[in-house]
Amino acid sequence: MATTTAHLDTGEYRKKRNWRPIRIAFYYLFLVPLLLIWLIPIFMTFLTAVRSLDDITLNGPFSWPTSFELQNFSQAWTQGGLNRYMLNSFIITIPALVICLSLSSLAAFSLARFRFKGNLIIYFTFVGGSLLPFQILMLPVYRLANTLNLYDTYWALIIFHGAFQIGFCTFVLRNFMRTIPGEIFDAARIDGASEFRIYRQHVVPLSLPAIAALATLEFTWIFNDYLWALILVQRDELKPVTTGLASLQGEFIRAYNIQFAGTLIAVVPTVLLFVFLQRYFIQGLTMGSGK
Amino acid sequence: MAETTLPTRHTGVSGSTHKPLWRDAHRLTPYVFLILPVTLYSIWVIGPMFYSVWMSFTNSDGVTRQEFIGLDNYQRLFQDDIFWTSFFNNIKWLVSFITIPIVAGLGLALLLNNDLPGTRFFKAGFFSPMVVSSVVIGVIWSWMYQPFGLINEMLAALGRDGMPIGFLADPDLVTWSIIGAALWRQVGYVMLLYLAGLKNVDKTLVEASRVDGASSLRSFRDIVLPMLQPVTVIIVVISIIDALRSFDLVNIMTRGGPYNQSNVLAQMMYIEAFQNYNMGYGAAIAVVLALISIVFIFAYLRHMLKDEMEF
Repeated sequence: MATTTAHLDTGEYRKKRNWRPIRIAFYYLFLVPLLLIWLIPIFMTFLTAVRSLDDITLNGPFSWPTSFELQNFSQAWTQGGLNRYMLNSFIITIPALVICLSLSSLAAFSLARFRFKGNLIIYFTFVGGSLLPFQILMLPVYRLANTLNLYDTYWALIIFHGAFQIGFCTFVLRNFMRTIPGEIFDAARIDGASEFRIYRQHVVPLSLPAIAALATLEFTWIFNDYLWALILVQRDELKPVTTGLASLQGEFIRAYNIQFAGTLIAVVPTVLLFVFLQRYFIQGLTMGSGK
Repeated sequence: MAETTLPTRHTGVSGSTHKPLWRDAHRLTPYVFLILPVTLYSIWVIGPMFYSVWMSFTNSDGVTRQEFIGLDNYQRLFQDDIFWTSFFNNIKWLVSFITIPIVAGLGLALLLNNDLPGTRFFKAGFFSPMVVSSVVIGVIWSWMYQPFGLINEMLAALGRDGMPIGFLADPDLVTWSIIGAALWRQVGYVMLLYLAGLKNVDKTLVEASRVDGASSLRSFRDIVLPMLQPVTVIIVVISIIDALRSFDLVNIMTRGGPYNQSNVLAQMMYIEAFQNYNMGYGAAIAVVLALISIVFIFAYLRHMLKDEMEF
């Protein structure tokens, strides 16, 4: 691909030599302001989070800050309870992630590698189920959690997310595993390896790029879940950061500075993940779109 | 997708087929791998789906004994004004989701599909709203839409006179306002999917057409667009499913108000089932919502099935 790009560039360059710098200048003159406008909500969140409430009420939201208060963050963290909410989010997300990735890699291996009755039906059930609107599951899942005495515990969210996300993960992993060349398995089989050993020693290591991509994506999804936390967890001390923020909003109704300091704290884990693992994150999304 | 096929292993080797399945370890293997994930998925996803359908035919309210009442919930639903308001709001979401992000996302993807310095940064910037939770987006946009919030103040600074606009209070505006916040999130996502799609476009073909004297507009229309058609189909279906799932922003920004004017089916179902304890009725709303989605889910699966047949 690199060669065709270079070829294309020189071809264009020869033809439109004098226009290229001007076109590039226009390109940036268009995109930079567009991005700045696009990110106004984010800049304003930062600005508001460090202002005092008096400053906001007096000068309006759209003015340069005349105050700088980092204690908004500590207030959201301790008084607002974000320290607890944040910890809860990790307590829920990490085990759920382990459940859905390990189980879906088993399912994906089976669906990618063996031809058997029901293969495609099971595969399509996983994919179709992962696209359902959540409302069709809400009442029964709520009842089931109650029956199993899981309601209002971390486990309700851990198990539900772990189970529900199997659908999407199996979809992505199965398609990835199908691209692994078959000779690898034949060689292992001739060596007398059991299917489980082939799975563990060959397929999982070879699928690590896809598993890493899924892990970053699924972490973000489970971490950002609001609906299920709303339904399955009641006690304030168990709430993850999403429903926690919503109750912070009720608690500090007009105190936008505290709310925004809270939202900024709440997005730190997923933003860091995105910044450092952007490549994996994007791979996960594009693999998920089936392309 | 790469077309290299994993030679699937035929487990039903002749000779072993005479044994019943449960005594044939060889043929049993794929099912063993599937037992745990399929069980968990059936209990928490597939089973509940069917149980909701059953609940929608009952008068379940958490107090009286749950009894079968046939189609009563549905009859009541189709006469409920709130249902129709929510339904048409879902249509607004749907239409917005399959137009604006696709045009804007494709436009951004075309602009950013090059190796100029800084494009990586631009991509990350436009995509960044997708990384934060919808709760955060709801909190920020609620504040921006306030009577003396960011948008009204900006409009005033630009010279707009008169009463501040009630973005979340005006019944005619409220749904569009929430959709606006949702689109801010969606555009970056669609951009990313198109960027992936553009990677598959054969550059030599585009180049050849340019050498032959085609204008850039023509080579885009006749070569690039048709090659983007498969990814567009997927984006449209995903966008529709996302639009039907819309709940978080409505729940956080307005709870469906004022007077249900911004309600959507997902939020209406939540209120009926979990606030008013009309569980049977709530289940009926969920079933209607799911039926609409399933039409598009099947379209998506059919699209995928065609790919499977090519293997």
